[in-house]
Amino acid sequence: MSQLVLAANGSALGVRVDVALDGVVRVLGGRRVLDRLDLHVEPHERVGIVGRSGVGKSTLLSLVAGLDDPDGGRVSVAGETAAARRLARCALMPQADCLLPWRTALDNAALALENAGLRRREARLRAAPLFERLGLAGAEQLRPAKLSGGMRQRVAFVRTLLADKPVLLLDEPFGALDAITRAELQEWLAGALAAEPRTILLVTHDVEEALLLCDRVLVLAAGRVADELRADVPRDAPRRQIIASAAFVALRERALESIG
Amino acid sequence: MRGLWPPLALLAAAVGLWELVVRAAGVPDYLFPSPSAVASSLGGDGGLLARATAVTVREIVLGYTLALAVALTIAVVLHFSSALRRALLPILVLSQTVPTVLLAPIVAILLGYGLEPKLVVVAVVCFFPIVVNAVDGLRSADAELVRMMRTLHGGRLAVFRRVELPGALPAIFSGARVAATYAAVGAVFAEWAGSSSGLGFVILQAQPALDTARIFAAVLILSALALALYALVTLAERLLVPWQQEVSSA
Repeated sequence: MSQLVLAANGSALGVRVDVALDGVVRVLGGRRVLDRLDLHVEPHERVGIVGRSGVGKSTLLSLVAGLDDPDGGRVSVAGETAAARRLARCALMPQADCLLPWRTALDNAALALENAGLRRREARLRAAPLFERLGLAGAEQLRPAKLSGGMRQRVAFVRTLLADKPVLLLDEPFGALDAITRAELQEWLAGALAAEPRTILLVTHDVEEALLLCDRVLVLAAGRVADELRADVPRDAPRRQIIASAAFVALRERALESIG
Repeated sequence: MRGLWPPLALLAAAVGLWELVVRAAGVPDYLFPSPSAVASSLGGDGGLLARATAVTVREIVLGYTLALAVALTIAVVLHFSSALRRALLPILVLSQTVPTVLLAPIVAILLGYGLEPKLVVVAVVCFFPIVVNAVDGLRSADAELVRMMRTLHGGRLAVFRRVELPGALPAIFSGARVAATYAAVGAVFAEWAGSSSGLGFVILQAQPALDTARIFAAVLILSALALALYALVTLAERLLVPWQQEVSSA
């Protein structure tokens, strides 16, 4: 538990962990969802994964997280291939926020700390600074039913961060939000990740979101990586300018074409 | 509380009509007592009914508590062992097909005429809806929540404590509420099978004496007891599951 002491200060960033999938095959219901897939993610790299629904994006995250094992090939996180070892290094943020309705926002965010053996009081104390720093001050005592969709996703992300894992797996984190809230949260997430760098795998069906938040975007089709784009877009401009830039538009067109 | 007025008004009207009809037709009290006769029995036999009520309340409360404890323990054990669940759950269902009326005398033969057989009968009557609802409630945890917990350092015990158990509380309480309405009936059956006190015993004694007003008075108290237990369980649910109302109002 010693590394958890550092959690509130966001010090999993000292741990640099890479993710590698080599020739991974996963068969579900008789279908080869992933078919000899190769994928490498550098430490602290942010990789976006886009593709049509049912193309195996969530399956891929489950495999990396150690919640599932491949039928063929090799999945490793920081060189470790055993499922339990992968699970120890990855935190998953599912599309549905999965907040516990009986816990307040702060207690939801502190969930991983309590799971790791901290008393509730102590877990709250550890979670509170990050909670506040990421714009959730004032919402501590509210239960999820009283939070807006955007707030719920923020709490879910802080909860994922506080698990203090070097690898974050984000499965369509903003898929259920309206366009305006989604844009707002994308900027918020970019800021949060700048302050708390981790190795990130972001699954999304939104090409713009992937290009805005990630260093690299992989297009998944027919169980494999069909295309790979380096997201070389201006980062310091306002969002609307980035999206309108020629480089961004060209990348988006190419990604959409690869998705098919 | 506003919701209480329509049924209360209807009930008052029915009681008024009952009084009117019994008086107008001159029905004797031993056949079908008027509400006023029941009321005067409640007042006149006050001491006797109060002592009997105290006995029955004790049986109901202790038996119901026993049912809760046993049912929740069994539910948790069944939840953690799918082998036991497959083996035991059908037997529990089978046990429910034995009528309480027949069970009570057997328990009396085994355990005598004291408090214990009453507790056992009340508990047997009450425990089934609690077990079934609790087992279902514990198993109905969202698989996505469990996956999320596993990636957040959540072991089997943490998943149980922080996801499955709180998530099962609404189901556990609906079982407990159903069981609350059975407890009084269980106590009466148990007393009929052999006892020398309690409201069931009062009814048993009043019957050959054709003291029908007293029977009605005892039944009235039994209904009030069942209602009070139900209300108590509902209150406990409001206190222990406060998020449920927020969720349904959101």
